Amino acid sequence: MRKSIIGFIVLIILTPLGLLAPGSAWGEWGLDEIKEKVGFIPQGMSHFNEVIKNVLPDYGISGFDKNFLQSALGYILSAIVGIAAIALIFWLIAKLVPEKKEKTV
Amino acid sequence: MHIPEGYLSPQTCGVMGAVMLPIWAVASKKVAKILDKKNIPMMAMGAAFSFIIMMFNVPIPDGTTAHAIGATLLAVTLGPWAATISVSIALIIQSLLFGDGGVLALGANCFNMAFVAPFVGYLIYLLIVKLKANKAIAAAIGAYIGINCAALAAGTELGLQPLLFHAANGTALYFPYGLNLAIPAMLFAHLTIAGIVEAVITGLVVFYLQRVGEENILYRASGNLRGVEQ
Repeated sequence: MRKSIIGFIVLIILTPLGLLAPGSAWGEWGLDEIKEKVGFIPQGMSHFNEVIKNVLPDYGISGFDKNFLQSALGYILSAIVGIAAIALIFWLIAKLVPEKKEKTV
Repeated sequence: MHIPEGYLSPQTCGVMGAVMLPIWAVASKKVAKILDKKNIPMMAMGAAFSFIIMMFNVPIPDGTTAHAIGATLLAVTLGPWAATISVSIALIIQSLLFGDGGVLALGANCFNMAFVAPFVGYLIYLLIVKLKANKAIAAAIGAYIGINCAALAAGTELGLQPLLFHAANGTALYFPYGLNLAIPAMLFAHLTIAGIVEAVITGLVVFYLQRVGEENILYRASGNLRGVEQ
């Protein structure tokens, strides 16, 4: 268990490496990038642009992205929050699964 | 490969959601049957691993970025149905908390990354293992093909938009680039770089899992690899 946790901590600390790749993923542009590329913003794209507000949009803290250090901290925080949310969901699933279904391996 | 909000028409989102619902239902049933409660932490670890591996954007020669998924790795270790659930949960968290992938596009994104990728990867893995090949190599090749099939699916969903949904004068209402641009672009990123990253990660982790001792918590995750009935 300890080894796995250390593994995850190392991965979390290393996540800002993922910020170094320049540009954005193909087909994952913001509206301004779309306008730059196509010349206009398709009507449906701007209409559905924001269905919900995200807590940490683009894995960062809004306004706290002035330099790489800030972005990196936001990214690491996002990794921690994301993993915590995943752990919470599986913890809830484990609560819902009845205990009696024990299998002999 | 996360299709953002507004890129797919609501109709497309509806169809993809309708396709995913029975897949999720079967996945839950299968997982409840095959795995027991003790495997839930393993599925959680798989989901967390997939989530974090997707944060490592890698540069693509055309100036864009892409990332691995870990889908085949999860399919090989936890079984493909458990992989579908674990990757889906990672994708749901990504879209709800971080805006990575649209909430309405969750059906499409889960279909590509949580269904196509792990299942194609797993089938290729089984096929190659039957030929008595090394499991780490089989998983790596499966991972490479799996992620590229997912990219092909995403490119198809995107590229169909201007064809199917446009204003009377022909201007696109949603994603503006057609199949002739979307499919090559999605495949280029994953055939050149992201697929290789996915393959190497999968191969290395499988190689490692085959060697962990019984005292290691990950031993449980490798039962599938050893051919032990879970």
